[in-house]
Amino acid sequence: MDTASFIFYLLATLLVIASLLVVFLRNVVHCAMALVTALLLIAVMFVTLHAPMLCVLQVMVYAGAIMVLFLFVIMFLNPGALEQQRGLWWGFGTLLAMMLAGVLVPLVATSDLPADPVAATELFGSPEMLAKSLFSDYVLPFEIASVLLLVAIIGAVVLAKREN
Amino acid sequence: MDVNLVPLLPAVQVLVTALVVTLRDLFIKDGESRGVLAFYSLVGLGLAAAEVFFLLGGRQEGAFNDSYMLDRFALFFALIFILAAALTILSAIDYVRQTGMREGEFYALILFATVGMIVMAAANDLMVFFLGLETMSIAVYVLTGMWRSNGRSSEAAMKYFLMGAFATGFLLYGIALIYGATGSTNLAQISAYLLDQPSEWPVYLIGGGFLLLIGFAFKVGAVPFHFWVPDVYEGAPTPVTGFMSVAVKAAAFAAWARILLYKLSPLDNDWVFPLWIIAIATMTLGNLLAITQHSIKRMLAYSSIAHAGYLLIPIVVGVEWGGLPLLFYLLAYSFMTLGAFAVLTSMTEGDESKDGYSDFAGLGFKRPFLALAMALFMLSLAGFPPLAGFTGKFYVFRSAVLSGHLNLAIIGVLNSLLSVIFYLRVIVAMYMEEGGAAGKSFRQAPFVYIAVAIALLGTIYLGILPADALDWSRRAFGSLE
Repeated sequence: MDTASFIFYLLATLLVIASLLVVFLRNVVHCAMALVTALLLIAVMFVTLHAPMLCVLQVMVYAGAIMVLFLFVIMFLNPGALEQQRGLWWGFGTLLAMMLAGVLVPLVATSDLPADPVAATELFGSPEMLAKSLFSDYVLPFEIASVLLLVAIIGAVVLAKREN
Repeated sequence: MDVNLVPLLPAVQVLVTALVVTLRDLFIKDGESRGVLAFYSLVGLGLAAAEVFFLLGGRQEGAFNDSYMLDRFALFFALIFILAAALTILSAIDYVRQTGMREGEFYALILFATVGMIVMAAANDLMVFFLGLETMSIAVYVLTGMWRSNGRSSEAAMKYFLMGAFATGFLLYGIALIYGATGSTNLAQISAYLLDQPSEWPVYLIGGGFLLLIGFAFKVGAVPFHFWVPDVYEGAPTPVTGFMSVAVKAAAFAAWARILLYKLSPLDNDWVFPLWIIAIATMTLGNLLAITQHSIKRMLAYSSIAHAGYLLIPIVVGVEWGGLPLLFYLLAYSFMTLGAFAVLTSMTEGDESKDGYSDFAGLGFKRPFLALAMALFMLSLAGFPPLAGFTGKFYVFRSAVLSGHLNLAIIGVLNSLLSVIFYLRVIVAMYMEEGGAAGKSFRQAPFVYIAVAIALLGTIYLGILPADALDWSRRAFGSLE
């Protein structure tokens, strides 16, 4: 086994363990922490796949922004009252997970992916490539997205500002 | 790549107006009149309309690798949106002051929503369409909740936001599946792919089409995705309700027509039957539930569901016959609905809306002009000749008959008859009953009168002389080729 595969299997094992912890830990804050670990491990996996840009985005967006949102909501809802309960929802969740597995496993198994890894071009996944694409082919969506964010900010201020 | 900024002109004009209004608002002290902001908004919308007419005369072309096509179709809808925004602002000037909402942000958000709608109608790329849709939706969520001292407004905003986010999920997933199947988000390339390999489409492409369909059905409020409509329309500030039921619906239908009806039309065998059911259910349920309402605002909400059903008929009918009636009916519907909501907006007393049937009692003698206008809007919505609603319905049902969907036409006509019950009830209340609460301490609101007059002119003009508008609708839909 070469080094790359060794690192992959190591990361994959840790990732599975972290994901299982998200599901099986009882304290919600601990679950959130396990989720951060899982997301960071995915970020490391992107590095081993030579996609540094995706790694940085993964850390910033998922391990950063989205997790902060998660934790905020948990704090608001009083974590003590949120001990996981394994009732009806547990069964429902298991059912959904099995359905997803039932779709994904055959899909991956039957897809005709090349057997050997294909080497990526040097610039693939780099910030330069992303920026070039963002500011040429996708410059219009990029600009509209900025309008969208402005509207969202103004809207948030309008709805949240204290009345005089 | 080609950089051609001309097609962006109307959208940018409205956007700049929104920014000017937002910034100018900051320099007006509390307690001073903010009327100038409404004036700026209307001037900006007027300029945008002038630009639309200017562009109609020139060569219509795409921009940004054809991801944005300001063709006649987009220009037609841009005019509807600009009209709806202008009439909404006109009728809202007094209302916003009475209810104590923040004026600057109110006008600015209407304008921002208009920008999103123009982008939606012109989007020739699923990504651009989606961003336009979200710009519009977020602005309208906030507008719904702007009357903060009114609990129902906040409730409506929350419901609308959650339901809208749900619908957005469907749309986004549909877009992702279509991208996965065709390898592009550009509608021209998707359409080329569909024509290139007929009927060898992966299942998830059809699934993606269906998810888009569900998302659009949510946005236009079609049965069985309509349950948010009555609560949201009733809770929202009245001018916003008018704006939602006209402009938001028109924008959703514009995108529906361009994306599903036109560009993805090779797939339509799979969804004609479900759409047929949706159209019939929407018309019938909307009209039946409208009969049972006690509030005129809520009745108009159900009536707007029923009209979404009529508008679905041309979509079931398909590209060949459906284009002209869809566009013309939307135009006619815009005038009569905006007018009805403008009258309803004027029925505000202090910070309380008076929108029950009993509040309209005797209005025919207290406010003869408003009552007459309201009566004509109601007759037009019910489809009486010679008003816009009649001409619109005539062409919608005609397209159904000509394309062999006789059953749709019959059910549509029966529904129109059913709708007469609740539209006439308004007229009966206004002219044959006495002692309504509203109208006594009702203040003179000159701007509402202007809005009502414009809507009334449009309703009568489209009913008596529809030839120009029909021709215009035909050419607008033809420009999708």
